[in-house]
Order: sequence, then C-alpha cells, then structure tokens
Amino acid sequence: MKKIYLDHGATTQANPDVLEAMLPYFSEFYGNPSSIHSFGRETKKALEEAREKVAAGIGAEPREIIFTSGGTESDNIAIRGAARALQKKGNHLITSSVEHHAVLDACLALKEEGYELTVLPVDEYGMVSVKDVEAAITNKTILISIMMANNEVGTVMPVAEIGKMARERGITFHTDAVQAIGLLPLNVNDLYCDLLSLSAHKFYGPKGVGILYVRKGTKLDVFNFGGAQERKMRPGTENVPGIIGMGKAVEVAVADREKRSARISSLRDKLIQGLLKIEDTRLNGHPEQRLPGNVNVSVKYVEGESMILSLDLKGIAASSGSACTSGSLDPSHVLIAMGLDHQLAHGSLRMTLGTDNTEEEIDYVLAVMPEIVARLRSMSSVYASSKKE
Amino acid sequence: MREVYLDNSATTPVLPEVAAVMHKIHTDTYGNPSSLHRMGVEAEKIKRRARRTLADACSVKESEIYFTSGGTEANNLAVMGVARRLRRRGLHLVTTQVEHPSVLYACRLLEQEGFALTYLPVDREGIVSPAAVADAMRADTLLVSVMHVNNEVGAIQPLAEIGALIKKNNSETLFHVDAVQSFGKLPVQPLLWQADLVTFSAHKLHGPKGVGALYKRQAVHMEPFFHGGGQEDGLRPGTENMAGIGGFAEAARLATAKLSAHALALSKLKKNFSAGILAAIPDICWNSSEEGAPHILNISVAGTRGEVLVHALAEEGVYISTGAACHSRRPELSHVLLAMGRKEKDVEAALRFSFSPLNTEEALVYALEKLQAAVLSIRRVTRR
Ligand SMILES: Cc1ncc(COP(=O)(O)O)c(C=O)c1O
Ligand SMILES: Cc1ncc(COP(=O)(O)O)c(C=O)c1O
Repeated sequence: MKKIYLDHGATTQANPDVLEAMLPYFSEFYGNPSSIHSFGRETKKALEEAREKVAAGIGAEPREIIFTSGGTESDNIAIRGAARALQKKGNHLITSSVEHHAVLDACLALKEEGYELTVLPVDEYGMVSVKDVEAAITNKTILISIMMANNEVGTVMPVAEIGKMARERGITFHTDAVQAIGLLPLNVNDLYCDLLSLSAHKFYGPKGVGILYVRKGTKLDVFNFGGAQERKMRPGTENVPGIIGMGKAVEVAVADREKRSARISSLRDKLIQGLLKIEDTRLNGHPEQRLPGNVNVSVKYVEGESMILSLDLKGIAASSGSACTSGSLDPSHVLIAMGLDHQLAHGSLRMTLGTDNTEEEIDYVLAVMPEIVARLRSMSSVYASSKKE
Repeated sequence: MREVYLDNSATTPVLPEVAAVMHKIHTDTYGNPSSLHRMGVEAEKIKRRARRTLADACSVKESEIYFTSGGTEANNLAVMGVARRLRRRGLHLVTTQVEHPSVLYACRLLEQEGFALTYLPVDREGIVSPAAVADAMRADTLLVSVMHVNNEVGAIQPLAEIGALIKKNNSETLFHVDAVQSFGKLPVQPLLWQADLVTFSAHKLHGPKGVGALYKRQAVHMEPFFHGGGQEDGLRPGTENMAGIGGFAEAARLATAKLSAHALALSKLKKNFSAGILAAIPDICWNSSEEGAPHILNISVAGTRGEVLVHALAEEGVYISTGAACHSRRPELSHVLLAMGRKEKDVEAALRFSFSPLNTEEALVYALEKLQAAVLSIRRVTRR
C-alpha cells in the first residue's frame, strides 16, 4: 500500500544524515559530558560543537543556546522563567489565543498564580495584529509571547514588528518558532526576540530534544535543580545523541532553505487549489502569510476525524488539528478563535507537507479526496437535510 | 591503547540491542503517538509496550509509569510537584544528607518557598537509620525522600523498614525513592517499600541518555512543571522522546531478565577488585562496604588527590571518577563523604570505581595494575 506522510506538522522522520551523526554517540562515544576524563571530554566537545551549529543556524551566540527536552519544555521555561524573574518589574503578560497549548496553558497557569494576562484575539485568518499588541501593553507588561507560525493553520505572524516594539519598550519577547525553522527565514536578531523555542523532531531531528534561545542579559528563573549542566539553566545528564542529531538537523534545515520552501509551497498551493474544488470547502488560515507546508481546510458536513481515518485507509497520514489535541473531542481552540462555528471547526483537515513529499503524492491525494468526502457526506444526516432545503 | 571504562555510575554505553530498537523507531515507526492515523497508532503501541515493560520490571501498574527527560527531572518533579500540590496539608519534608543534587537542590528551593526541611544524617557506612526517619516526622510531614543506592558510595538504604515506619506514623505522608542507581542491578520494589514515587533513569543501565521515568502511585496528586499537549496524563506534556523510551524499555528488559546473574557477577568483580587493592596498596580508607551495591566501590587513597589519580588513570586508558559525575567539574568536596564523617583529606582523596556486566575480571586486573603504579608514583613524590 502507498504510504504518504502529510503530517509533518505533528512530527517528521529523522534525516539520514542526522541519524548518522548521532550513531557514534550511543555505544562508542558514550561518556557523561560532566566527567573529567577523556570519555567525558569527548562528548562534552561534541555537545559544544552542536551548540555552535545551532547558534550559527539562527544567528545567535553559542552561550545563548540551552538544550531542553523539546518544544514544550522550552516554551514553559521561557514563559514561567521570564515571568518569575521579572516579578519585581511588573506582572502583566501578553499572548495570543492561537498559541500552542505549551504557551497558552503556561500563561494561564501564571494567571492563576496572580499574574495579569491578556490573550489577544486573532482575525479570521488567525493573524495577530501588531496594533492589538501595542494597545495591550501597559507599564506593568513584562513579557510578550507570540508564535512565529501557527501549527494548525500555518498563519505566519508579524513577529519581527512585535519584537521590535517590545525591544523599544524594554519588554521581554518570546516566540515559539517550532513550526518555522527550515521553512521561514529565522534569525534571532531580525526577529528582535529575547527567547525563542525550537523542537528537533519538527525539522527532521529526533523527538525529545529541543532548544531555548536566551538572548544575553535576558533574565530567566531556573526551573529544575541538580547538576551544573547547561550552566545550571537545565540540569540533568544531557541527551547527547539527540543534541548532536539536532545540531546536524539545524545545519540541514538552514542550508537550502529557500529552495526547499519554494518547492514545498508550490506543492501546498496545488493541494489547496485541488481541495477547494470540492464543493462546500474553505481554506483555514491566511491565503498568503502562510507556512510553506501547511494546508488546512474545513469540509462542511463531514467530521475531520472521519476524513483522517478514511485517508489512513488509503495510506495517507493527515491530522485534524495539532497532534496533541487530535485525540480530544474539543474543537480546535485555534479555529474557534478565528471565528469558525463548531461544525466547520469539527470538519477541519490539516495536511502538512515536508521535504519528502512529491507531486505524484499530491495528485493521489486529490484523486481520492472527492470520493472520501462524497462517501462521508452520503452518511451525514446534516448534509442530507441541508441539501433538501 | 587499551581502554577500561569503570565509570558506569556516571553513565553507560548503549547496548547494541538497545541501539537497534532506537534506530528502528527513528527510521520506521517515527509517527507522533498523539496522531490519529496508523503511524500515530503504531507509535502509541510502542509507548504502551515500553510502559508495560517498566511497570512489570517493578511490579506496578502500567498507568503508574510516567516518562520524563531523565532522573533529574523525575526527582525534581517528585519532590517539588508533591510539595507544591499539597502545600495546604503541610509544610514539612524529610530527606537525607546524601541524596543526589537533583533531590537536595530541589529541597533547598522548597526551603526558599517556605517549606521546612529535615536533612537526616547517615552513619559511617552512609546508611540512614529508620528510627531517625520516624523521629523526624511531624504531623504535617508531606513527603519523605530517601534514595535506594547512593551514587557515590553504593550504600543501600533500608527502604522497606523506612517505608513501613513512615506509613505507620502517618499513612498520608508520601514516600519517594530515587532508584536511579539501583534499577537494573537490584530489585526495585515500590510495593514492598510502600513507596508512592520512584525515580528511574535509562542511561545508567545501558539505555540512552535523556530519558527517565517516574513511578507515581495512582492516588498521588502532584503539580506538573510543564503545561502543554496533555501527554503523560498532563503530568509531563511534550512530544515523547520515542526512541529514548523504546530504548529505555529494551535496556530495562535486558537488565531485569538477567538481574540476579548480573548482581552476582558484579559482586564478584567488586570483591576481587577490593581484595586486589587491599593486597597491593596500603593506607586505603574504604568508603563502600561489602553489603553495599555490587557495582560501586569508593575508596580514599591516603596521600593522594582524587582528581590527580583520575587524570593519571585516564592517561592509561582507565576511566573512573571522584564521585558523582555532575560534581566532577567543580573541585567541591563530596557532601556524601562528609556526611559519612570522613576527614577532609580523605574526601579529597576519594575515587569511585563503578562496574557494569560488560566489565571483565581481566580488565579489572589491568585497572588494578595501573592504579597501583599511579598511586606508587604519586606517593613517591608527595611523601618525601
Ligand atoms: C507551535 C508548537 N509549539 C510547541 C510544540 C511542542 O513541541 P514538543 O512536542 O516537541 O514538546 C509544538 C508541537 O507539538 C508546536 O507545534
Ligand atoms: C542517584 C542519582 N539520582 C539522579 C541522577 C540524575 O539522573 P540523570 O542524569 O538522568 O538526570 C543520578 C545520575 O546522575 C543519580 O546517580
């Protein structure tokens, strides 16, 4: 059977070069980087080389890079760490209603602890407005967190403008760039960010390892305690092979980015155009300010989950929202924030393209989709009654 | 040059079988377990199987195992997560002076947050007295945290006795055990210990670095550190380190299948190596006892400095440590040996040899030879 993977927003397959880079660090160079003997020093050196690669890839300095266990941890330590460290300065946080739960729920937890929180609305395309951010800022604002690109609908936010505004006002700015790296230009200086989160498995690296960029001078309270790893910002024996794989993955992601993005964008556009030819469908997210790999459509009168299961039977892996929430029955908070009604939100289908997808695969998807939709609609009572009217 | 790695308490090499499992996850079953499609379902299956393997290895329920990014995170989560969640019930915690820094520093932070901590002393062997635990408990004691095997000296704590006394005193007081150093070498028995929380880390038993687990008894409630996509029942969200989890389970399966054979082999290695040292090098202060864990031997070589010997042996291809790995970069005196009442100069002279089933008798003979030579040459210089 065909196996077409259109769920790169959920996770990606590790690049063979990444795996090869990791391999020696399991059984050959296995020392603990904290050990003083040469076994330890070897792995420590490799760890620092990975740090340099990551830093070079995003325009940072090596000592501004902290290795974490993934995007969720990076987001959480950025938000809580900054909020805690800046408590004396103020207690107001700004974020958006379409952030990943790692950001949104970390902010909501702080709200319960007594912080003031503004959750900005988005427009029908899922876009945060710079003006809204500006209007929300008070003299108590200590942190703004706006994602670079949305994981569900792919909307690319005006983070550089927001970052610049935050910088001018001395407010710490965090951006979740988990979905953006390797697809959008990403330089921490151009983005004016103080904190930036990345997760290796979204850009062809291994799962369970991530990055937090912390601009020099940014105040951040520590979360975990133990050894002196990661300059005490993130103690615990390092996931050495994971980190080395991630260093390689960053290198691969930023090389050839433009060519890759252009190719994936054109596949995306073809897929969107084809899907919109199906009656009663609509595109979710921004028509232009959109991640190269993101396709998100709502198919009226059909449940997103039914489509996913039908597509799965045809060998096509897709999702109905973010992977983490696709197991739950709640409609996507992103689509609701964009003003979709529950029916359209439940009928959403996300296909996220990656480097390995081909034009033939897109043709195949477009060939099977109309029959899947027609079959599911034929079983839908809502559809039947709507057509009677 | 010949290489003999005797720093297995710092970390271990990943076994080929474990690396193979991990490689397959990276290349074949790379789906996100939260995804609904087949790739996701397959990944979820791997995770469930891994959870069962770990649960079976210590006779607990599958639903009580939570994966983390390692031992440090699991220890932090256990201690701080419980304290913060149960704050209204009490403000007192009990631990020992010889815990790993990931427990000790978490406790110190809790002190800053207004909790009262009791750090129990240990005897010359590094053992905490169960009666002292019971005496230290107050009506508002939320948690007692005692490690199973000490990472620097290998002392084994009498956990069953401690657990029984804790629960007899106050059935509401929770009991946390750091089993990072014992898992895969000694039976880890949360039920026998009456432990509510137990910490594991994969890289100490020939599994990968950067993955660990926390056993949490069903009825225990705690505050998570992170918020996010709801993975691990919301206790530890974030896309799972799938290869790490699969590798951890394989390492645990291999280790527990041969648990008693390995323990026997390790004991023999340790016994013979100790006898060799005793015969070859005078003026040794023994920091590990025969009753201690079979894989850790800590000695102080009078008239030397531990760090110097570690470097001298490394030049001969013999890799050991002065104590805990995360301490090694700082010339700090071991809090464990100080708590055991060792004199400062003995603490400075401490060496830790830690074994794995991959080590051979013959390799240890080589290591002993190099140790003897290094000690001799250092003493010749310093004892003039
Ligand atoms: C935008 C965004 N932020 C954060 C995360 C969390 O990353 P991880 O799953 O690696 O913890 C994800 C992925 O699920 C994401 O898409
Ligand atoms: C007793 C003990 N607890 C906890 C840890 C921390 O585990 P990890 O290195 O996986 O963070 C270690 C290892 O350093 C240890 O020896």
